[in-house]
Amino acid sequence: MTQQQVLDLYFLDARHKLIEVAAFLDRIERAAGKDDFRLKAFRAALGKLNGRQKHKARRVLLAFSDPTTKPVVEATAKGAVGAWPGSH
Amino acid sequence: MRYIEPHAHMVSRVTDDYERMAVAGCEAVCEPAFWAGFDRGSAAGFYDYFRQLTEHEPKRAARFGLKHFCWLCINPKESEDVKLAAEVIALIPEFLNRPNVLGIGEIGLNKNSRNELKVLEMQVDLAARYKQLILVHTPHLEDKLKGTRLILDVLKSDKRIRPERVIIDHVEEHTVGLVLGAGFWAGMTLYPETKCSPARAIDILETYGQKRIWLNSACDWGVSDPLAVPKTAVEMKKRGHHAMAIDKVIYQNPRTFLAQCPKFEIRGSVKD
Repeated sequence: MTQQQVLDLYFLDARHKLIEVAAFLDRIERAAGKDDFRLKAFRAALGKLNGRQKHKARRVLLAFSDPTTKPVVEATAKGAVGAWPGSH
Repeated sequence: MRYIEPHAHMVSRVTDDYERMAVAGCEAVCEPAFWAGFDRGSAAGFYDYFRQLTEHEPKRAARFGLKHFCWLCINPKESEDVKLAAEVIALIPEFLNRPNVLGIGEIGLNKNSRNELKVLEMQVDLAARYKQLILVHTPHLEDKLKGTRLILDVLKSDKRIRPERVIIDHVEEHTVGLVLGAGFWAGMTLYPETKCSPARAIDILETYGQKRIWLNSACDWGVSDPLAVPKTAVEMKKRGHHAMAIDKVIYQNPRTFLAQCPKFEIRGSVKD
């Protein structure tokens, strides 16, 4: 597809999702409390959207990922929360 | 349009879904063993589940002209209890000769724990000893990258395992290259919020090509869509993909992989 065709097909959807992200951040900033690890990871991931660097989706996913390599001692829960609590 | 749904948990779906899938062009549905949303209390619970997958679901699918196949295992979410896992794994050989069983799956990791890894190795060994195809589940969200790396290490370290007989499912942009680069098949799951959207799955196809890759819905008891594969085919059409290219991804590719099991036959298919 040409860039024009991509824009015709996906611009409104992407615009909608971007505004949802902005509104989410506004909502967070209106609320009382401190940033937790998920929000820190979210802000770090937002930074991957700037500039002309390629593979933005991959870079965002990596920003949320556990980069360690050793198995954990025990699975104490079943679910995932979407962000790694450690620091990259 | 014709397609194969290579990963769907139909025990959690209503009969209407079989009908809707058949109307949409589905010719076969393949059901990996999975977590029921709660932990089963004993191996006997798994025995009944394996009977459901091999006796009951094929009949439900057949009402709509759909072939039903399945994969057997203890899933990663119930693999922390190694003793229970060993008891369940001991049950599986009794079912492997049943006509709709394709192999061992979906095995893998969930929270990347030592016990999960031990049970994964036990089930890879089972598949190797019985010369079965393997379907692998990769962990969710923040655990996916690490889990995919650990799973690849296990598979690559067992010299009996041939990568072309293993599909590693739920890949996303940060793991698809690792899987395909190691010679394995890759599955992309079209699932709301936590896996791939149709648009992203097609981006991955356009970036990595259409070799050794398939699409699935993994529809289950959660919010999910049993028609996600044909809807993604429509999205591919909107992007200008040729009908033959769409057919390759949603029909020919899963058929090529699954037909490595001689039991995978789809009678009445349109000839290529």
